[in-house]
Amino acid sequence: MDKVYDVIILGAGPAGLAAGLYAGRSRLDTLIIEKGQDGGQIAITDEIENYPGQMVEGEGGPSLIARMTEQAKKFGAQRCSDAIKSVELDGEVKKLVGVKGEYYAKCVIIATGAFPKPIGCENEGKFTGKGISFCATCDASFFEDFEVYVVGGGDSAVEEAMYLTKFARKVTVIHRRNELRAAKSIQEKAFANPKLFFMWDTVVTRVDGDDLLNSMTVKNVKTGELTTITADEDDGLFGLFGFIGYNPNSQLFEGMLDMENGYIKTDENMHTNIPGVFAAGDIRVKSLRQVVTAAADGAIAAMQAEHYISNH
Amino acid sequence: MLELDKTTFEPEVLKAEGKVLVDFYGDGCVPCAALMPHVHGFEGVYGDKIKFCALNTTKARRLAISQKILGLPVIAIYENGEMIDSCVKEDATPENVEAMIKKYA
Repeated sequence: MDKVYDVIILGAGPAGLAAGLYAGRSRLDTLIIEKGQDGGQIAITDEIENYPGQMVEGEGGPSLIARMTEQAKKFGAQRCSDAIKSVELDGEVKKLVGVKGEYYAKCVIIATGAFPKPIGCENEGKFTGKGISFCATCDASFFEDFEVYVVGGGDSAVEEAMYLTKFARKVTVIHRRNELRAAKSIQEKAFANPKLFFMWDTVVTRVDGDDLLNSMTVKNVKTGELTTITADEDDGLFGLFGFIGYNPNSQLFEGMLDMENGYIKTDENMHTNIPGVFAAGDIRVKSLRQVVTAAADGAIAAMQAEHYISNH
Repeated sequence: MLELDKTTFEPEVLKAEGKVLVDFYGDGCVPCAALMPHVHGFEGVYGDKIKFCALNTTKARRLAISQKILGLPVIAIYENGEMIDSCVKEDATPENVEAMIKKYA
């Protein structure tokens, strides 16, 4: 058998990196496995205003996460880029099988987070990357001087809509309710933004276009009325960004771990139903999914992993 | 990797002989930056069979739109002036990109 780590952490977002930091400081032999880029959702977030201590003007998600990565590394957490395809979590030694290799550990901390929920309209898959996007920082610059629509009404939707006004000629937020869920401080800024408009009680039912998105059907949820929105003739296209929440990245653990709507159930110390397996961050059943709560989960999970190892 | 711009895209990709891979990326696109080292690695393995290029779409927006690209990252294979295959956004994982390259290498 290959090397057995004390703890393997799946996912290098705020929960995984905080767990890596605490595990490293406890001198646990630690490996963090990430399949894509560090940071998960916050790596593609333009502005983080609500993480305590995060007061650097204009600093976004990527630089915050870069500091977290550096800090975990400083205390000895090792890193590996691989996509895990199957896991065996029962038993004293847990086995993880990735595309590049197999990994073994006494403890596993699952911090795989969540991915954006699709908008849920007809034809959606055909236009992903062709006008529909879930990443404003990736794709905003394509829409310089075009029109853009944003679906959602929470913090992310409104923050990202404001970011998009730096590029687009006009940004319209489409929200299924008649008021925003976003924090009041964010709403104040949004309503003062002259390029930001709102379409209330509305959902997108269908998107169309030739190769690129240039038309969509929206429905007023109160009256049932359908309206077709077509791109300005000179533009020939528009953007549609979805920020309506997330789905958990937990498919790998189905049938092994107790879940609720795909989110992993833990006790307050991040223990799952399998000894030596912990979950942290957005993947958990919890009431508030934020950077600060993800980081806190990671710290607790790492300390519990240390207790588990010293008692076994 | 050959770094392309608005003026060199046509001669180096559309009018090139053989197969050409283009890594479309943009300023501030974190998933693009995370993917790029993998693509550099593939160039080391498959670079003798496919020409590897990269285009910063932030500086060539109209050109990217003309190639029907409105979302990043995109790794595309061109032959005879046409895009014949691509991996877009969430599908542009290192594994999927390598599988696509292998089909044409």
